Amino acid sequence: MSELTGLYGMWYRELKVFMREKSRIFSSLLNPLMWLVVFGTGLGSAVSIQGANYQTFIFPGILVMTVLFTCIFFGAYIVLDKRIDFLKEVLVAPISRTTMFFGKALGGTTDAFIEVMILLALGVFFGIHYSVLSVLLTLLTMFIVAISVVSIGLIIGSFMNSTEGFGLIGGFVVFPLFFLSGALFPTNNLPSWLAAFVGVNPLSYAVDLLRGLLLNLHTYNLWLDFSVLVGFAVVMVVAGTLAFRRLKP
Amino acid sequence: MSYVIEIDGLHKHFGDVKAVNGISLKVKQGEIFGLLGPNGSGKTTTLSMLATLIKPTKGTAYVDGHDILKEPSRVRAAIGFVFQEPSSDDLLTGKENLYIHSLLYGVKVADLEKRIQEAFKLVDLTDRQNSIVRTYSGGMRRRLEIARGLMHQPKILFLDEPTLGLDPQTRDHLWKYIKKLSTERGVSVIITTHYMDEADVLCDRVGIISAGRIIATDTPANLKKSLGGDIITMKIKSPNTAAIRRLKYVKKVERSGDILRLTVKDSDLHLQELLKKIGKVESVEARSPSLNDVFIKYTGRNIEDNSAEGGWSQRMIQARSRNE
Ligand SMILES: Nc1ncnc2c1ncn2[C@@H]1O[C@H](COP(=O)(O)OP(=O)(O)OP(=O)(O)O)[C@@H](O)[C@H]1O
Ligand SMILES: [Mg+2]
Repeated sequence: MSELTGLYGMWYRELKVFMREKSRIFSSLLNPLMWLVVFGTGLGSAVSIQGANYQTFIFPGILVMTVLFTCIFFGAYIVLDKRIDFLKEVLVAPISRTTMFFGKALGGTTDAFIEVMILLALGVFFGIHYSVLSVLLTLLTMFIVAISVVSIGLIIGSFMNSTEGFGLIGGFVVFPLFFLSGALFPTNNLPSWLAAFVGVNPLSYAVDLLRGLLLNLHTYNLWLDFSVLVGFAVVMVVAGTLAFRRLKP
Repeated sequence: MSYVIEIDGLHKHFGDVKAVNGISLKVKQGEIFGLLGPNGSGKTTTLSMLATLIKPTKGTAYVDGHDILKEPSRVRAAIGFVFQEPSSDDLLTGKENLYIHSLLYGVKVADLEKRIQEAFKLVDLTDRQNSIVRTYSGGMRRRLEIARGLMHQPKILFLDEPTLGLDPQTRDHLWKYIKKLSTERGVSVIITTHYMDEADVLCDRVGIISAGRIIATDTPANLKKSLGGDIITMKIKSPNTAAIRRLKYVKKVERSGDILRLTVKDSDLHLQELLKKIGKVESVEARSPSLNDVFIKYTGRNIEDNSAEGGWSQRMIQARSRNE
């Protein structure tokens, strides 16, 4: 019971901080909108892919990108907690490290979810047609992706003591994951070296699944996509709880 | 007698720095125990180990009957901690900080609002509870953190220099409250300080700590008594020290320039005779010994020599600029 209220406390704090810094929401939406509006329109005027407008085609990938960036860099807040010594306050609390981890992870997931909702609503302007089922399945997929990626962010954050260092490592992780996910290009006809890179990137399966759900275009079997994502989430969450066990103030 | 804290040969080394170098001590239930020592003597490190924030290099301790190494979560369930450094979230309001603390520290949801309001009242911040902590003054923020550490009503309280940067009125108020906690609710307190008066007025027992070791432990009164008398300071050109030294009740004679410092047993009875024997005196002052005199006796140093740097507000400014 106290673990549960503790979990709620951790999550509540993240939500409050996020809501207080409204600029965080806007700046995190600026990036995906630039991709959709500028890049999507620009390249879309020349190409369409598998019968879809390019802008529409990259929309699922941009959703994944938004979650990726928000969730990885959410890990930097652990570094800030160390700086302002708020981490001590949390570490002395009579709650388990696992609860601490899940509170943080759910906080980051919520941040990402708020952004995803806004983007999904804007999706109608980018040629996406929804059904109740596709929206629900999209949200489920986004949740699984968010909890996995936020775990990566928190693991990195738990090891780092400076935000600069975090930015460096975070960038090192984020960009390959993004560019090798097929967010911006179809993955069904790639040269084998690139197909191999894309194939080992778990986020490729997220993009593929979302494209299947929203545009009915996909390269892999959708059940394969789903299984890979669940497996990825389990591994990352376990690794995250372990990383939090050795977290020091 | 039951001990709520038993420290057994505790060590913490950071590389070559022996921050805590073999501390053993016992604190009774309901006792207010003061750790008195200068900067860098290992007070915060000791408390951090007791609160399971860091692991000892050697030795262990039992808090509320639980080994800090084996049952850290049991230990944490029994304690409250007011940290030396600011540790509230300055993007949130005071009330949000206390609310989150209540959730993390298992305050019953039914009691929540009442406890929060009591806590604000105690530190006189009721009308500022909905302001963002960033807009608080240094002292207000300190008060918020004290309220936070007390509000979940722990059995054992660790207060790391809680009154640094507080005005005298708030300090008095807080001392009274801590006394009340210990006498009425049986809360045990370890408080670190380098304020002599705080150790003297508030603490049932004081441990003097220097360079990671406890060099004396007793009640403030006994520690002062151990000096063997009162302190008489005189301004005098040519004292007859030989005559003075022969007196049985004169325990110690120190001279620097015109100033003569005597440690005298029952000075009120003997002052007349002393003055007669010593010669012509320009001025004289007799006082009871302070804990600072005790500290000088044990370490040869003045505790307040190096304690001015790094005050609360200065540290806070540093913390904030690190943050930006
Ligand atoms: N994380 C750390 N890494 C390295 N050295 C440390 C660390 N924490 C403390 N020390 C060192 O341990 C010694 C004791 O520090 P501690 O903070 O316990 O002193 P303190 O008695 O609380 O002093 P103050 O009155 O200034 O708060 C100091 O020499 C300090 O530099
Ligand atoms: Mg200290």
